Amino acid sequence: MDDNTIIFQPAPARPAPSNRVGPRAWLRANLFGGWKDTVVTLILLAILALTLPGLVDWMFVRATFFGDADNCRQAGGACWPFIVDKFNVLMMGVYPQELGWRPAVCAIALIVLAALTYTNRVRGIVLIVAWAILPVFALFMIGGAFGMREVDQSLWGGLMLSIMLALVGVIVSIPLGVLLALGRYYGPPVVKSLCVAFIELLRGVPLITILFMASVMMPLFLPPDLVINNLLRIQIAMILFSAAYMAEVVRGGLQAIPAGQTEAALALGVSRARTIAFIVVPQALRHVLPPLVGRCIALFKDTSLVIIVGLLDFLGMIKNASLDTTWLGFQAEAYVFAAFVYWLICYSLSLYGRELERRGPSAQKR
Amino acid sequence: MTDTIESQIGSEDEIVIEMKGVNKWYSDFHVLKNIDLSVTKGERIVICGPSGSGKSTLIRCINHLEEHQEGIIKVNGTLLNENSKNITQVRREVGMVFQQFNLFPHMTILDNLCFAPIWARNMPRAEAEKTALRYLERVGISEQKDKYPGQLSGGQQQRVAIARSLCMNPSIMLFDEPTSALDPEMIKEVLDVMIELANTGMTMLCVTHEMSFARSVADRVIFMDGGEIVEQNTPDAFFDNPRVDRTQQFLSQILTH
Repeated sequence: MDDNTIIFQPAPARPAPSNRVGPRAWLRANLFGGWKDTVVTLILLAILALTLPGLVDWMFVRATFFGDADNCRQAGGACWPFIVDKFNVLMMGVYPQELGWRPAVCAIALIVLAALTYTNRVRGIVLIVAWAILPVFALFMIGGAFGMREVDQSLWGGLMLSIMLALVGVIVSIPLGVLLALGRYYGPPVVKSLCVAFIELLRGVPLITILFMASVMMPLFLPPDLVINNLLRIQIAMILFSAAYMAEVVRGGLQAIPAGQTEAALALGVSRARTIAFIVVPQALRHVLPPLVGRCIALFKDTSLVIIVGLLDFLGMIKNASLDTTWLGFQAEAYVFAAFVYWLICYSLSLYGRELERRGPSAQKR
Repeated sequence: MTDTIESQIGSEDEIVIEMKGVNKWYSDFHVLKNIDLSVTKGERIVICGPSGSGKSTLIRCINHLEEHQEGIIKVNGTLLNENSKNITQVRREVGMVFQQFNLFPHMTILDNLCFAPIWARNMPRAEAEKTALRYLERVGISEQKDKYPGQLSGGQQQRVAIARSLCMNPSIMLFDEPTSALDPEMIKEVLDVMIELANTGMTMLCVTHEMSFARSVADRVIFMDGGEIVEQNTPDAFFDNPRVDRTQQFLSQILTH
């Protein structure tokens, strides 16, 4: 190398231009990007300014956290001791208090399994078996079996009942929906028309009507010595209703699978049934994950309709609690709490759905 | 020495695919017209012809992905009819490679290969994986076994698809335009695998427009047009002295572009 070799000297990095970073740039990019953005932002700010202070004042500033109804009435804000006092009833309904540990064990099992599922610690067949066993376990724990005191289903209620109806509903209606979709998509003409008739019938009738049918009218049709208890009838009605919707969601996924997938598996000598079970259905379910999670959330919220057929689910207990003369006048708190609990559960489901989408093979593409 | 040569000739005479008077219609459209075709063991056949001439339909009839309405198709002595046992029997002996690869996108490469041996042959998983790895090595992509198909290039995917078929240990391989969906620089890697396979004595039927492959590998070239077998001959005779006008036209179109 001779002396006039020029060695490349990179200039020191300059700070980013001040109009691109920092809080002012962020505000401009996200809230005041143009005159339209600015107008929307200002309107939203005005709405927040009108509503938020009052809400915060009621919920926290003037709220009572410890004490009794009289303390609450003096303070004038939200009355949270009411929720604390009614907590057991809201969770379990009129279930015998001294046996409350049994639903509590089920709740813990549910939370542990949910956590394991979310973190992907249990997978595949173990996952499916665990979720299939959980409701059976809960049924025996709550209803009483293996020498434990029996508790009649008419005493089951509260959030416990809502979650049981939704959990069993989802766990049974997804496989049932898949079968209905397969029947409609691949079945011979007779099976196909039966599936179509079932799906369209249940989708064409409001859930409330189906619940009424199950609760009031079904006993009239059944032979008198065949007694199915009310809760089971309602549960079956919810499963069938949900399955009809699941079936249509799944069918959308089946249609999205290219014919080449089936052909490739068949050409390898794999039977048609196994091709559908291992090649078509898994891919179809993955395609429709977002609407499927949506149906699960909808089913959980729909459980609040069982109040009209005399079951006291979570929302039913909220209504009941707000009629307590000791705590008269605090029903707003009860409904705020109900909204919060529903939101918490539905949002968790939604988060899990997104996590599942993120995990799929499509996410690992180049 | 003479013994082996004679036994080879003897095996070459064994007919593995027999099609007699095969006709097929898509409603009113007559796709296959009176197809007569015999394939002997170890024979390498290239089928070419303009699009819509029925080439793909012909080879898809051999593993019953398409149903023929008239005529007889026998594969390794098994008659292809409505009997699903016969169909499954034939499909286990006949491998197929598709234009669009058709790998299972929700499974890893290794699982793609193990799927059929496990679920169609009831092979234990460990054994299936061993076989799969051997074939992945043969097509040169064993290091990709834990990836998903979407992470591989087109050429790699098609090599996986070939390996997937080989895992079922087929005696006949069908190729339905295996290189038509590939970028030019990836065609060679797939053809190399096919040539290597041809050298092992595999019976092969390839629908392809790769005329250099046809010339160097095929024992026989079949030209189809309008659902008929118009002409068939050894590659040299076929390319140098096509006897029929339609063949000449077709060849002049694809060889001079």
